[in-house]
Amino acid sequence: MDQPDSREAVIAAFTGDVPFDPSIWTERMNAGGHSGFIGMRYRDHGSNWIELGFDWREDLVGDPETGVLASGPIISLLDNATSLSVWTRTGRFRPQVTLDLRIDYSRAATPRRPLIARAECYQMRRSMAFVRGIAHDGDINDPVAHAAGIFILVEGQDWAK
Amino acid sequence: MKSTELPPYAQAMGMTFADPDDGSPVITMDFGPRAIGRPGFFHGGVIGGLLEMAGFAALAAELERQGLDMRIKPINISTEYLRAGLPERMFARGEVVRAGRRVANVRIEAWQSRRDRPVASCWMNFQLSPKRD
Repeated sequence: MDQPDSREAVIAAFTGDVPFDPSIWTERMNAGGHSGFIGMRYRDHGSNWIELGFDWREDLVGDPETGVLASGPIISLLDNATSLSVWTRTGRFRPQVTLDLRIDYSRAATPRRPLIARAECYQMRRSMAFVRGIAHDGDINDPVAHAAGIFILVEGQDWAK
Repeated sequence: MKSTELPPYAQAMGMTFADPDDGSPVITMDFGPRAIGRPGFFHGGVIGGLLEMAGFAALAAELERQGLDMRIKPINISTEYLRAGLPERMFARGEVVRAGRRVANVRIEAWQSRRDRPVASCWMNFQLSPKRD
């Protein structure tokens, strides 16, 4: 993968209408910024779904007494996974913004276990993408959280700065 | 959590308490490398994390006011992203709509330079249960 060496190149890579390779794009998104801090990694993808994960860490904890993860990193993981599922489905990268995202926490994540999110884009309209996802800590049949959201597809010029 | 303490995740993200507004805690954080989503803007998950901290803090403060010592667990959160999160300081404050014996409902807003132009708003539902000693 090419390493963009200027700010302009980074923005061009994020805003152009370019082919989307889920693993390359995920690694690029996770190289820095918030996703990099959380330590998100690409795991797998299919025609309209993608799976990402991150490892449990002391500084991501929400309840120091139990070691249970804060819900912020779970939102971030599901936000990224659902977002990437849209481009995974279309095979193209196109700028989009989150309209809304709902998350139901079905149980606390087990301390010290990696967290995994599998998200799918289940329907597309011309200007909207409908997504849902599940976060779990090893068994997808015993989820930690469920997500549902909508992304609005936008024009590129002001999407990144 | 207590209404005056933030957990490790919030501290790692640089969240702190600002002056309370109308009795409810206000949580704030600066923009920085750990907060970046798409280039130049706050990550939606960071905004969600800040909203949640403000929701927890508002509920903890309300329960303290009522003299109740309860365990608080989030049931769900639904966030509407209203504006882009610009690379500047962000604030969030929650309002407890109802705190019953088992469930509490909280509305939260996040804003930046203008309080009347929120960046995001959300509702959260919490489960309340007696603390085990």
